[in-house]
Amino acid sequence: MNTLSETIETGPDANLIVPQENEGAFREQQFEDTVGDVTHPNPRISCREVDVYYDHGAVHAIKNVTLDIGTGEVLAMIGPSGCGKSTILRCLNRMNDSIDGCQVSGSIRLDELDIYDKNLDVVLLRAQIGMVFQKPNPFPKSIYDNVAYGPKIHGLAKDKTDLDEIVQTSLERAALWEEVKDRLGQPGTGLSGGQQQRLCIARAIAVSPEVILMDEPCSALDPIATAKVEELIDELRQQYTIAIVTHSMQQAARVSQRTAYFHLGHLVEVNTTDKVFTNPQHHLTEAYITGRFG
Amino acid sequence: MQSSFLLFVIFTLMILGYLAGRRRSLAVARMSRGPDRLHSLPAYYGFYAALWAGIPALFLLATGVFFQDWIITKLVVADLPETLRTLPPEQLGLVMNDIRNMATGNIVSTEITPAIQLAADHYVRLRDLYSTATWILVTCISVLGIIMVRARISPTLRARNRVERIVIVIMMVFSSIAILTTLGVIFSVLYESLQFFRKVPVTEFIFGTEWSPQIALRADQVGASGSFGSIPLFAGTLLISVIAMLVAVPIGLMSAIYLSDYASARFRALTKPLLEILAGIPTVVYGFFAALTMAPFIRNLGERLGMEVASESALAAGLVMGVMIIPFVSSLSDDVINAVPQSLRDGSNALGATRSETIKKVVFPAALPGIVGGVLLAMSRAIGETMIVVMAAGLSANLTANPLESVTTVTVQIVTLLTGDQEFDSPKTLAAFALGMALFAVTLVMNVIALRTVRKYREQYD
Amino acid sequence: MTSPANSTVDIVRAGLPKRYARERRFRLMGMLAIGLGLVFVAILFLDIFSKGYTAFQQTYVRIQVHYDGSVIDPAGTENPDTLAFADYMALLKQSLREVFPEVTDRRAKRDLYQLVSPGAGQVLRDRVLANPEIVGTTEEVWVLANDDIDMLVKGHIDRDLPESNRRLDDRSLAWFDRLVDQDAIEKRFNITFFSSGDSRQPEQAGIAGALMGSFYTLLLTLLFSFPLAVGSAIFLEEFAPKNKWTDLIEININNLAAVPSIIFGLLGLAVFINFFGVPRSTPLVGALVLTLMTLPTIIIASRSALKSVPPSIREAAMGIGASPLQTQFHHVLPLAMPGMLTGTIIGMAQALGETAPLLMIGMIAFIVDVPQGFTDPATVLPVQIFLWADSPERAFVERTSAAIMVLLAFLITMNLTAVLLRKRFERRW
Repeated sequence: MNTLSETIETGPDANLIVPQENEGAFREQQFEDTVGDVTHPNPRISCREVDVYYDHGAVHAIKNVTLDIGTGEVLAMIGPSGCGKSTILRCLNRMNDSIDGCQVSGSIRLDELDIYDKNLDVVLLRAQIGMVFQKPNPFPKSIYDNVAYGPKIHGLAKDKTDLDEIVQTSLERAALWEEVKDRLGQPGTGLSGGQQQRLCIARAIAVSPEVILMDEPCSALDPIATAKVEELIDELRQQYTIAIVTHSMQQAARVSQRTAYFHLGHLVEVNTTDKVFTNPQHHLTEAYITGRFG
Repeated sequence: MQSSFLLFVIFTLMILGYLAGRRRSLAVARMSRGPDRLHSLPAYYGFYAALWAGIPALFLLATGVFFQDWIITKLVVADLPETLRTLPPEQLGLVMNDIRNMATGNIVSTEITPAIQLAADHYVRLRDLYSTATWILVTCISVLGIIMVRARISPTLRARNRVERIVIVIMMVFSSIAILTTLGVIFSVLYESLQFFRKVPVTEFIFGTEWSPQIALRADQVGASGSFGSIPLFAGTLLISVIAMLVAVPIGLMSAIYLSDYASARFRALTKPLLEILAGIPTVVYGFFAALTMAPFIRNLGERLGMEVASESALAAGLVMGVMIIPFVSSLSDDVINAVPQSLRDGSNALGATRSETIKKVVFPAALPGIVGGVLLAMSRAIGETMIVVMAAGLSANLTANPLESVTTVTVQIVTLLTGDQEFDSPKTLAAFALGMALFAVTLVMNVIALRTVRKYREQYD
Repeated sequence: MTSPANSTVDIVRAGLPKRYARERRFRLMGMLAIGLGLVFVAILFLDIFSKGYTAFQQTYVRIQVHYDGSVIDPAGTENPDTLAFADYMALLKQSLREVFPEVTDRRAKRDLYQLVSPGAGQVLRDRVLANPEIVGTTEEVWVLANDDIDMLVKGHIDRDLPESNRRLDDRSLAWFDRLVDQDAIEKRFNITFFSSGDSRQPEQAGIAGALMGSFYTLLLTLLFSFPLAVGSAIFLEEFAPKNKWTDLIEININNLAAVPSIIFGLLGLAVFINFFGVPRSTPLVGALVLTLMTLPTIIIASRSALKSVPPSIREAAMGIGASPLQTQFHHVLPLAMPGMLTGTIIGMAQALGETAPLLMIGMIAFIVDVPQGFTDPATVLPVQIFLWADSPERAFVERTSAAIMVLLAFLITMNLTAVLLRKRFERRW
């Protein structure tokens, strides 16, 4: 139950206040098609006509979303609370499986792999698509063991030195190595919030995934920690495809190349980040980024 | 019987007091300017009077009953003839017992001498006098309370505040009973144990490996020849408890894990209450099962396998005790496992861990302090468990680690020592209290550590 | 395709079969644990039931009795005292001799008398006392069979065993068979089991005394513990300042809940009986001990019930000028009551099943009479079970099991009530 309410805030009060003057039009027309370019020339993940229901179909959380996430890009997903941006993110590595009564239809592919294929191995999929959560959730183990956890369970390291190396490179890539290299044996829960979140990122990249999903990774952090994580995201783009859900439009503008705007489960607009923020095509997008609701 | 009737009288007086107080307050209000001039609702004046009618009287009654025997004994002794009065305290006690028995019409152990007959009559007279005095005093105090309150009732009397303060004080006293209980336990076992250790050295009790309290009685000389080494008892207790934990911990823990992480909601709703039935079965039933079903079963099984199994083997008692503790371990682990935040499971799952890997490598280590605390609590329960071992374990104190042999436990010995007809201050009876003290101390330490561990663990994830 | 990402996938894939095998094993272990737990429940209940269900029936023997005035009332005074203390067993013995006239030697006669219960004369006495007119007449009476006959009828004595290993010898079996041929043996519902107190004779032993003892003890326990627990809970939850003293009380309560029950027995013996002089073996002293034992349970439950009442209720009541105590008694307490009652029922169920501390305070005594009050010597149901379980007679095994069934029936009813109460009044704020 908890995960569900974190993911989507259902019910009328969670929704936005609709601009008064065009309420009728709002209901009728503007969800027919997504504005902008949903495709990408070199897609890593491609979603086609995805619908997601919760509570055995009682709640329609995602409505007919088609979207590509390109190789080596950072795609930001923005929108008001309850718009379904977290839901679609969690669909990408099937984290929604653990929610009772969640149904997904349509197709989501990682390269050529159908993510919702019945024969697909979730373990294998999640080794390829890593995830970073809203609240830093380091395991109550040492910093070293936190990072080594993924490689250990998957058997990625041949021996101890190999594992040491994986841990070090992951921590380096997560820009945390310098801060923790002298206290790898201390519990990960003892780090500061920003360090914890970077530890979680290091933990995710230790498995060398192809895609990293980030669910509001900075919402629990202070501004300085946020800046560090954002910097990190930008660097990670070289090697990983990243989809990031964020509440902060500034953050989307800073870290992403493309931005997708969600509204009540619909994908309203996808465009390059520049375009979305300087010249939004859809009036709902415009209303949102100019702060009329959110 | 007599004091229970007095209780009834006090209760009646309290009701009368309530009515009188209420009525008076209304009258007072009418004399001034209407009931809204009263500080409190009329009922509170009633309650105030009732409390004054009840509490001092009850207090007096309790004190009276408590000191009755002591005072009367003193007076009777003072009136005894010189020859009896100057007897040593023990013999004087016996004489007093005879007098008391005569007075209550019971059978008297010795011959009735005129002096004792006289003293008994005196005793009866004093007792009647005392109870009459108590009656009069208690009733007077109660009535006096009502009269006093009635006289003081005025519109400015803050009856509600006073009643409420008294009620809160009463509740405070109630809540101190927990402490009184602990103190009572400590003092009662400590006092008797000290008496025991005056007769048997502490070192023998703690380090002795021989336990045979019967000898002391037969030789009729205090402590000299009985052996009171408690090591075999604690070894036996430990053996049976460990067997129980070997059954209860894996089954309890695994079923808790399965129910919380694997089972569907329907399966859980069906299975959990069924397993909890085990927790509601009285221990005497387990004891019956252990003695009449499990023990013969294990002995027959052992015989078929060519092993020698005692008919009261530690194994039978331990196994059944383990079954009893399963739901205890399982519900404690369930709490603890559920307290591990979902975000940790999500983090592990998102890295591609299988469910069992998440449980074994993230949930279990995270929950470990809580689980250890729970296991400690379960262990302390196993050590203190009485009925199963009384019915299914042996009486002879063997120092052995073989679960197929018969061992005895601390609790079994306490029960055997105290259910016979012993003089209260024989070392045999006192030994039971010394064992009780050891048992209390051991379980207390385990409980304190366990409860603290569990609490700390819970705070970590709150 | 030898990019690093792909090699990861390959390594992971290669390890999967092993990991899934481990997963399956783990899951299987979980299912096994649950299965074992359920099997234990089933075995326990089946064992008790299979041993005990026969105890609800009892074998009776039909006997033609002549109420011989010269035996009952030789002087013809019709004095009730004479009637009450007459030797009714002699009448039964005489009737048995008439049924089996060939039995003459002393030992054989003694065995013959063993067909009926030593307490069988009771029935005749009751009939005569109820109606003295019947002295001198003859009538057919069904009397209690002896426990060995009862066991034989219920199939617990194996006729095929060699005679020396059997409780009944061949001659007794022959007598029994003749009685069966005359339709003089019958199984009936065992009223004695529910209507009489303890006895050394299994066929005469019943749970009425223990039930009444349990009733008196529990009633007192409830009267003592409920107000004490509710008062403490309200004080600790609502009024107590946060200081060392209340911390100490808190720790104490939690610890007391985990103290071995036998320790409370020692406390009862040393403090209540030896120090305060409360009479031994009585429901009163039993209730005092059980009160101290169940208090922590009820206090903890009551406190969590109080905690679940939202603060807004208190604020609302205070806001319209209710005093703190009025707020508690008028608003909070009624809302918390279902939770408190649930905790109380569970505590009472614990007290009902408790045995060990009561052994310490003398409730283990052999008591035939049904107790009439709080200060009569009494025993309670679980202790009765303990006493019977120690008795060697086979007939006591089934009675013990039957008593356990009665006890479990009470406990299950109480726990179900608690569950239903919780369901019915559970509120989500």
